Amino acid sequence: MEIQQLTAIASQVRRDILRMVSGANSGHPGGSLGCADFLTVLYFEMMHHNSDSFSMDGKGEDLFFLSNGHISPVWYSVLARSGYFPADELGTFRKLNTRLQGHPSTDKKLPGVRMASGSLGQGLSVAIGAAQTKKMNNDPSTVYTLHGDGELQEGQIWEAAMYAAANKVDNVIATIDYNGRQIDGDVDEVLSLGNLAQKWQAFGWEVLEMDGHNIPEIVETMNKAKKMLQNGKPIVIIMKTEMGQGVDFMMGSHKWHGVAPNAEQLANALGQLEETLGDY
Amino acid sequence: MKQFEILGKKDTRSGFGEGLLELGRTNPDVVGLCADLTGSLKMDAFQKEFSERFFQVGIAEANMIGMAAGMTIGGKIPYTGTFANFSTGRVYDQIRQSVAYSKKNVKICASHAGLTLGEDGATHQILEDIGMMRMLPNMTVIVPADFNQTKQATIAISKLDGPVYLRFGRPVVPIFVQPDADFVIGKADVLSEGTDVTIIACGHLVWKSIEAATELAKQGISAEIINMHTIKPLDEKAILDSVRKTRCVVTAEEHMLNGGLGEAVSQVLTRHLPTPQEYVGVNDTFGESGTPDELMTKYGLDAIDVINAVKRVIQRK
Repeated sequence: MEIQQLTAIASQVRRDILRMVSGANSGHPGGSLGCADFLTVLYFEMMHHNSDSFSMDGKGEDLFFLSNGHISPVWYSVLARSGYFPADELGTFRKLNTRLQGHPSTDKKLPGVRMASGSLGQGLSVAIGAAQTKKMNNDPSTVYTLHGDGELQEGQIWEAAMYAAANKVDNVIATIDYNGRQIDGDVDEVLSLGNLAQKWQAFGWEVLEMDGHNIPEIVETMNKAKKMLQNGKPIVIIMKTEMGQGVDFMMGSHKWHGVAPNAEQLANALGQLEETLGDY
Repeated sequence: MKQFEILGKKDTRSGFGEGLLELGRTNPDVVGLCADLTGSLKMDAFQKEFSERFFQVGIAEANMIGMAAGMTIGGKIPYTGTFANFSTGRVYDQIRQSVAYSKKNVKICASHAGLTLGEDGATHQILEDIGMMRMLPNMTVIVPADFNQTKQATIAISKLDGPVYLRFGRPVVPIFVQPDADFVIGKADVLSEGTDVTIIACGHLVWKSIEAATELAKQGISAEIINMHTIKPLDEKAILDSVRKTRCVVTAEEHMLNGGLGEAVSQVLTRHLPTPQEYVGVNDTFGESGTPDELMTKYGLDAIDVINAVKRVIQRK
């Protein structure tokens, strides 16, 4: 897909995020906006997946797990825009009886979601398990995950990291949304991650870095990561992002981690983002 | 009263090990995961014969549960193995989100449950695990009574599509379930019919209850014994059919009274047939170091404790 098309889709995804969070009067716009470019590239350019007939087992398909489940709006938008379910359903986000739960779940059988997430730190283990099953099934597909940087404070992440390297789980590409912010403030102030690239290297992972808002660079880095697969080491991409990317007053702060914009703020924000695929 | 023959003596964990090995040979989708307790869980035979389907995860139980949940995606049936304490309390949130809520086909197999873990003491003697697991929606909870039944249950749960908690233990105990018995998840075994009292037990307390009933028979008290190997879903019909006849009940378990089998039974009875009930179990206290037998005596989980509970409850009829 052309870079221009991916850029256009990402703009619509950002509009969807803002409208969903506003419509629910709750949710997490900051991290969602920050990962819109990445998830757009992943679903529209990188992954081999079948959005027409979703199967839980996903045999022969690439899989994606969202470990930082609170940025569900961006995932739901990308899933809908890539055909897993009608975009109109985005309007039900966080409302009673919706399939679009506040945090992703399999409970309501939303196509595209294979695991509940939200309680942080669990997605890497899940991805590694799914990756091991792919190996047992002689399925050469890839398992992708996304994690928040604050989420890396959870110990289970490092259990999983140690396991994957020791056991050569080399069909996984994990990505870290490295925006440097979490609920209580800057990650460096709350609990610094230290030298993150060195930490992953010390745990035995191949480490790549990229600008999460430069779509050509995302495509290039992801392609590079793909070429490193099946080579004895798991792969992590540290993706520099800005929380709230695309909406000027939401950027540069942790304030919009989990707050919905009011009507006036929504209008202001939508004015900054082109409607490219038609609002739901 | 029906006479029970002791067919041998073995630990229930060995029943799990044998069941898993048999599953390895009959079901290529069954995989094993263990957190550095392969010998204790008797998973070594499976590990040896099916090394490509066995995953040593190290001392990292949270990762083990998460990996097991992920492995189901693509059709595997993961059996995780560690002590009951580390199978539940340590990883409750991982089980809750990635297994129970996500309804994944993971079998959480837990050894060394309860006081009979013995000398290691209270840090390892979990008495709350049945309660934690039965509170989780989608979770099936099974506590088999002896070696044969643990083997049968291990095999039976592979055919149930969904999360299961299978609890067994460390000590060598009498075998009384026939090796060819049919294990039906959710269907209680009425071991012996009686008219004066119903004794509902699980795990190691089933044999203790048989011993108690044998002594009670000598004293002219006719006890019906139910082996409630499946705590959830609970066989309500078996409970109600029996209690309608006997009009009183004793529950017996190697577990905290809070949250355990007794509480599950009383929930059925208060709703459908309010009945005097006495409880044999651990009453809101941690265990300690000691031999399994010493601990069962000190904490009131012996046959004599079942007998005393029966006498108390009969007076309340």
